Amino acid sequence: MAYDKFHILTSTAVPLPLENVDTDQIIPARFLKATERKNFGDNLFRDWRYNPDNSPKENFVLNNPIYSGKILVGGKNFGSGSSREHAAWAVYDYGFRCVVSSFFADIFRNNCLNIGVLPVQVTDAFSEKIFEAIYNDPNTEIEINLPNQTITILSTGDQESFDINTYKKDNMLNGFDDIDYLQNIKGDIETFASKLLL
Amino acid sequence: MSHTLFDKVWDAHVVKKIEDGPDVFFIDRHFIHEVTSPVAFLGLKSRGLGVLYPERTFATADHNTPTINQHLPVVDPLSAKQLKALEDNSNEYGISHWGLGHQKNGIVHVVGPENGITFPGATIVCGDSHTSTHGAFGAIAFGIGTSEVEMVLATQCIMQPKPKKMRINVNGLLGKGVTSKDVALYIISKLSTSGATGYFVEYAGNVFENMSMEGRMTVCNLSIEMGARGGMIAPDETTFNYLKGRPLSLTGEAWDKAVVYWSTLKTDKDATFDKELHFDASDIEPMITYGTNPGMGMGISKNIPEAGKAKGGEATYKKSLDYMGYHENDSMIGKQVDYVFLGSCTNGRIEDFRAFASIVKGKKKADNVTAWLVPGSHEVEAKIIEEGILDIITEAGFALRQPGCSACLAMNDDKVPAGKYAVSTSNRNFEGRQGPGSRTLLASPLVAAAAAVTGVVTDPRDLL
Repeated sequence: MAYDKFHILTSTAVPLPLENVDTDQIIPARFLKATERKNFGDNLFRDWRYNPDNSPKENFVLNNPIYSGKILVGGKNFGSGSSREHAAWAVYDYGFRCVVSSFFADIFRNNCLNIGVLPVQVTDAFSEKIFEAIYNDPNTEIEINLPNQTITILSTGDQESFDINTYKKDNMLNGFDDIDYLQNIKGDIETFASKLLL
Repeated sequence: MSHTLFDKVWDAHVVKKIEDGPDVFFIDRHFIHEVTSPVAFLGLKSRGLGVLYPERTFATADHNTPTINQHLPVVDPLSAKQLKALEDNSNEYGISHWGLGHQKNGIVHVVGPENGITFPGATIVCGDSHTSTHGAFGAIAFGIGTSEVEMVLATQCIMQPKPKKMRINVNGLLGKGVTSKDVALYIISKLSTSGATGYFVEYAGNVFENMSMEGRMTVCNLSIEMGARGGMIAPDETTFNYLKGRPLSLTGEAWDKAVVYWSTLKTDKDATFDKELHFDASDIEPMITYGTNPGMGMGISKNIPEAGKAKGGEATYKKSLDYMGYHENDSMIGKQVDYVFLGSCTNGRIEDFRAFASIVKGKKKADNVTAWLVPGSHEVEAKIIEEGILDIITEAGFALRQPGCSACLAMNDDKVPAGKYAVSTSNRNFEGRQGPGSRTLLASPLVAAAAAVTGVVTDPRDLL
């Protein structure tokens, strides 16, 4: 799945300071029945966002017009649970290009990287600074600089660097994905497979 | 140089190492199901690619299959469309497909092992986080996303950085009524749902050595719930005895040769782990969860911890108890139960039904409880009948349903209504997991059976 290249993203952010946000909350199982990747953003955080009668829940952050932007700032252990890539699709399709958290679940992090959402892991202290800055001023802009691997709160100047391996970084910068790479080494794969016992 | 079990299997599957990047990791067995594969096949088509090794791929329908009247057309049009897509894609690319009505149909993580597709030293992936189940055989098995499903279909490889290694040792004697599910829920309650994130876990110690294959599968199944990519247990005679004679297991000389290799798949004495934990089996009670993630569990005789003593932020903790309708310091014994679910890839195997039957035998289902007893596969269903378990549960007022994932994630019609409490042998108690607004208490088949006959949360040790 090709996606838009990621370089430098400057945006306001949406705060969701809850720990252990699992992928069943990001997209509940009943919305996994599609056979195409379409409209998953409509059901992002469905049960936190809407009442059973489909009216919006006023106290949920996505329904609060004060907060908007292409960055979602989540609490610790974001994306735990199911391997459903639909969760990452919902995040992307809703309009987020980056999720910031002080800790990500593995599969969710991988899924994000594979579809063009940048997971930025920050320290607990920096996570708190971001929440504080957004709550002080919802128009606070955050800059995610992928080439330099830095995240900056523009209003306060607070900055931290984040990790990403060079291979994944190159993919994100160029909008490539793993299949492009693997297709190029198909011969190596076939040679390897021919030597296997089973 | 000394190696761990995990190193041995991992290193044997690296096609290529990328500097400061992931390994190109070869996959021996790829399981697909109807939910996470359709978009992957669309991706293949849009790129004009085929399936590189269809004989290494196995398709089964499980997540949103009905558990009654499977001979009739599937009513939900979206479910029917997904099931049809799996069938069509499998046919188009030459992948063996065990759809609804097929004698081998069942939950992907149940039918893989029971047919001998899973084997020691294998690398196994599936677009389902509970793929970790297959680690019970000494395989490296983990869940992947749909982009990776597409990748494996096209190239039989994924790009994966090698995780860190953790060993969890449990030694000693398990108490009465304490099952493999309790061992796993106990470990998760100690580690929290993120305690093993970034690690691949090896389970070691006499508790796992003495455990049946099915018990080991239950433990490895739940590895993902502590954040681990997967868990594994060194293959031994128990493993080989389980696999021998399965429909797709090796036979004759090839089998003998494989066993010689598989027997080398154990952690060397002086190999080291990035993290090592030790637990005492005698500290483990029958477990139950009280919150909205699998880490929020406790011994069934204990009281719900106070927020300050719990892991995770206070706001998250309070939100969780509020959702469940529970309070700090509450006892779980005697709590209301409306539904009981026996099944899922965690506890839908024959041993789980034997355990359930051992409690309900000679008793009656509580009137206030709706019970869904769902075998993990047709093979499990056949054994339930053959062993007389069906007679026992029928006599006690229960009915048996047909195989599938069912109320574990409620993608079919088996949904627990909003506000209702379900004692469930499945793997996740997340908000709305078993239906919007449903409240799930994770527990072993024994605890589920005790709830099913008493109508409230009950210590199964009182009924044994």
